[in-house]
Amino acid sequence: MTETQTMETNFKPTDFKNEQSVRWCPGCGDHAILNVLHKAMADLGVAPHQTVVVSGIGCSSRLPYYMNTYGMHTIHGRAAAIATGVKTARPDLTVWQISGDGDGLAIGGNHFIHAVRRNVDINMLLFNNKIYGLTKGQYSPTSARGFVSKSSPYGTTEDPFIPAELCFGARGNFFARGIDVALDTTREVLTAAARHKGASVVEILQNCVIFNNGIHSGLTGKDVRFEHTIHLRQGEKMLFGDNNEKGLVQDGFGLKAVTIGQDGYTLDDVLVHDAHTPANFLHQQLAMMDGVTLPLAIGVIRDVEAPTYETDVQRQVEEVKAKKNWKDLRDMILSTKETWEVK
Amino acid sequence: MLDNTNVKTLDRVVVRFSGDSGDGMQLAGNIFSNVSAGEGNEISTFPDYPAEIRAPQGSLSGVSGFQVHIGKGVHTPGDQADVLIAMNPAALKTNLKFLKPGGIIICDSDTFREADLKKAQYTTSDPVAELGIDPQRIMLVPMTTLLKETLKDSGMDPKSVLKCKNMLALGIVCWLFDRDVEAVLRKLQAKFAKKPAVYEANAKVIRAGWDYGHNTHSSMSTYRIETESVKPGTYTDVNGNTATAWGLIMASEKSGRPLYLGSYPITPATDILHELAKRKDLGVKACQMEDEIAGVCSAIGASFAGHLAVTSTSGPGLALKSEALGLAVIAELPLVAIDVQRGGPSTGLPTKTEQTDLLQALYGRNGESPLCVLAAASPTDCFTMAFEAARIALEHMTPVILLTDAFIANGSSAWRIPEESDFPEIKPRFVSKDQLEAGWRPYDRDDKDKVRYWALPGTEGGQHRVGGLEKDFKTSVISTDGTNHEKMVMTRREKIARIADDIPELKIGGQPDAKTVLVGWGGTYGHLLTAANELNASGTPVALAHFRYINPLPKNALEELSRYDNIIVAELNTGMFADYLQSKLPGKYIHRINKIEGQPFMVKELTDGVKSILND
Repeated sequence: MTETQTMETNFKPTDFKNEQSVRWCPGCGDHAILNVLHKAMADLGVAPHQTVVVSGIGCSSRLPYYMNTYGMHTIHGRAAAIATGVKTARPDLTVWQISGDGDGLAIGGNHFIHAVRRNVDINMLLFNNKIYGLTKGQYSPTSARGFVSKSSPYGTTEDPFIPAELCFGARGNFFARGIDVALDTTREVLTAAARHKGASVVEILQNCVIFNNGIHSGLTGKDVRFEHTIHLRQGEKMLFGDNNEKGLVQDGFGLKAVTIGQDGYTLDDVLVHDAHTPANFLHQQLAMMDGVTLPLAIGVIRDVEAPTYETDVQRQVEEVKAKKNWKDLRDMILSTKETWEVK
Repeated sequence: MLDNTNVKTLDRVVVRFSGDSGDGMQLAGNIFSNVSAGEGNEISTFPDYPAEIRAPQGSLSGVSGFQVHIGKGVHTPGDQADVLIAMNPAALKTNLKFLKPGGIIICDSDTFREADLKKAQYTTSDPVAELGIDPQRIMLVPMTTLLKETLKDSGMDPKSVLKCKNMLALGIVCWLFDRDVEAVLRKLQAKFAKKPAVYEANAKVIRAGWDYGHNTHSSMSTYRIETESVKPGTYTDVNGNTATAWGLIMASEKSGRPLYLGSYPITPATDILHELAKRKDLGVKACQMEDEIAGVCSAIGASFAGHLAVTSTSGPGLALKSEALGLAVIAELPLVAIDVQRGGPSTGLPTKTEQTDLLQALYGRNGESPLCVLAAASPTDCFTMAFEAARIALEHMTPVILLTDAFIANGSSAWRIPEESDFPEIKPRFVSKDQLEAGWRPYDRDDKDKVRYWALPGTEGGQHRVGGLEKDFKTSVISTDGTNHEKMVMTRREKIARIADDIPELKIGGQPDAKTVLVGWGGTYGHLLTAANELNASGTPVALAHFRYINPLPKNALEELSRYDNIIVAELNTGMFADYLQSKLPGKYIHRINKIEGQPFMVKELTDGVKSILND
């Protein structure tokens, strides 16, 4: 389950890095995420040759080319389906899926929800910059209503997906959130995602410096981050603010942000985070906090064990094989079909 | 009643069982064909079922049929039936058109009640007269009465008793064709091994049917069917979809690569998914995905991970998979895509047969994306060609599309279960340890056939990245250089072309030295062969060229075809293969015989078509 400390392993971040020159725009949030991913992989201690990174299409999907692992850069929207095939065929491999908000939630929305529902053990990283960058600036399925872009010159007239809500709607058992510029948190959630058995969705708020610069900075900028975000940690009080002076408390069916020592609230009133509780009601409320009325939650929000697809497929194969114990195809046909001899 | 001759000897005979979807016609037909096969007959069967899953009982739309062709020289389920079994007036009405002139009918006269006749939209109370059937050619059997009488002491409830009606019909047919009742009972016993009471009841009914025929129509002609000596071995009957699934399993055993299927239900291909899902007992992972695209994409993932990866579908699904097939082309990964063709375009005729996906298979992708295209010729050939598709995919690192069709997928024939040594080892092009140490790159290839090497995840030092972007010929990293792109396009094309060195040459059948060659591909083989045999026997000499390897074509194909004055391509589309050949034989005029009715050719349509072209 979730262990947040950095472990000593036989691998260094550079073992996961190759010699390709990285082609993202200077200042792109993807650079930071790539570096953190190299570190998280070293923390995990799974060898590069046991690791497969699968991506779709988009800026973030170039990532496999910068890894010294097995990698596939595939077609738009299909990374989750391809990663599902890799993991189902070879449960022994550690499989990462890299998608952007367009790749993962628009063209690939169907595969996203089904991979989550199926609970196949892949680590699904969703780089959310709320824009299509590689096609030069169209709104994405996570862009806010009214967002002005090249394809919505008068503002969009549609509501966005909230990735966490989609994940929970698909009965997800792992959801975490990171920020491209918050390196330690991202490293922590990536390792937690990899250690979770089952589909792990990690939304990483990522900045597109060219087409959507500063889209997250109202929440993630260094000066405002501690006021507008809350870092959830297993078994710890839900505290935030520059000096951890604020906390989240239960308020009827909802949550409320309070200042400790004000309005009669004490530290005892502040909720303790439990990512492992099976009921997802509170997890969903935490994940849906938007950073405006309530602080945006980062860290591991939900992390619950459940049967994984590839393990059960493998188990069924082993069980049925052992039960029938055919030598080969011919043996199966001779034993189960009506046959006759011709001499 | 019927002709007073005794035993007629025939080379082959076609029997059509028809009734309500729930009447068990397919079971009766299957037992009959298997017993016949056990007596040394060749067999070919074909089910004809309605698109509706449960149409109203006794209605015209609810009739299903099962046609059995037995004897020697059997290559198709037969154009028309010698004997029609009709379990109710609706079946009689809808199936009469499948009966040969002079053929005989066996019908349950107990179903000629007013309500039954009304449901089947008769306007009089005499269906035989209304349909203009010669009373001499119809054997009216009070099947329901007989059945109730036979099972009156069985303690079975009336509904269960009625379920045995198909066995009564089977008993009569066995008498008519001089089949060994004991052999039938053995088949039935195997079928109901766990339900001895059901077996006892059915056995009693079969005997009653046989006795009824023997006692009441002892003067009627019965038939003795000629047998053909076939290759010794153990046989079973198999339909095309099951054979396809088994061919893939055989390829998995011969290559040592575990089998993965990513699929999505679609008529008429779903039975491949069903069979492979059962074959977890042989280690197969068959996964029903969320859509057609996920079916092929998960297979591509499994292929990258080192499996023999397959996706199965029909035409509309192949359209959805085309982008992913392009990925497999440029990533140069082994993949088998099976397209069980049905009537199109769009949803078209989902349960009917056509050969209209040929051009989609050959060209239906963006960019220059050649891949290998194969086509199976018969239900049992589906086994061989599925094996071939997997062999070529694994040994040549390419996607392969195997075209079958609704006709051969659902039709079945007797099939000799292959021995261990009948099929060759498959040797995937794995990267060697030496290559890895020498600095291997993923698009390094064998100069002989342009095949790249395969490094399986988990292999230390074999880490590499593949993907949809063009790669540099030498360094295997992303390249947008135009000259390099052209080189890679031509290399991938050459790789497919050189598969021709690794497939059998075209063998010309019929009379090879005739001036005319009848050409076909895929599932029409049985009809074309029968037509060629009939033409040759009746003084119109023709050669027969039938294709199972479409891209690349066998090396000798164009030269062989060029020798003929008249090339006639017969296919179930508007001329796709003819166009394909015409583009490769610019100096030749190619004649065409085409049919797009959702049904296989009739042999007569082919023989008439050839004669009409030659007489023009």
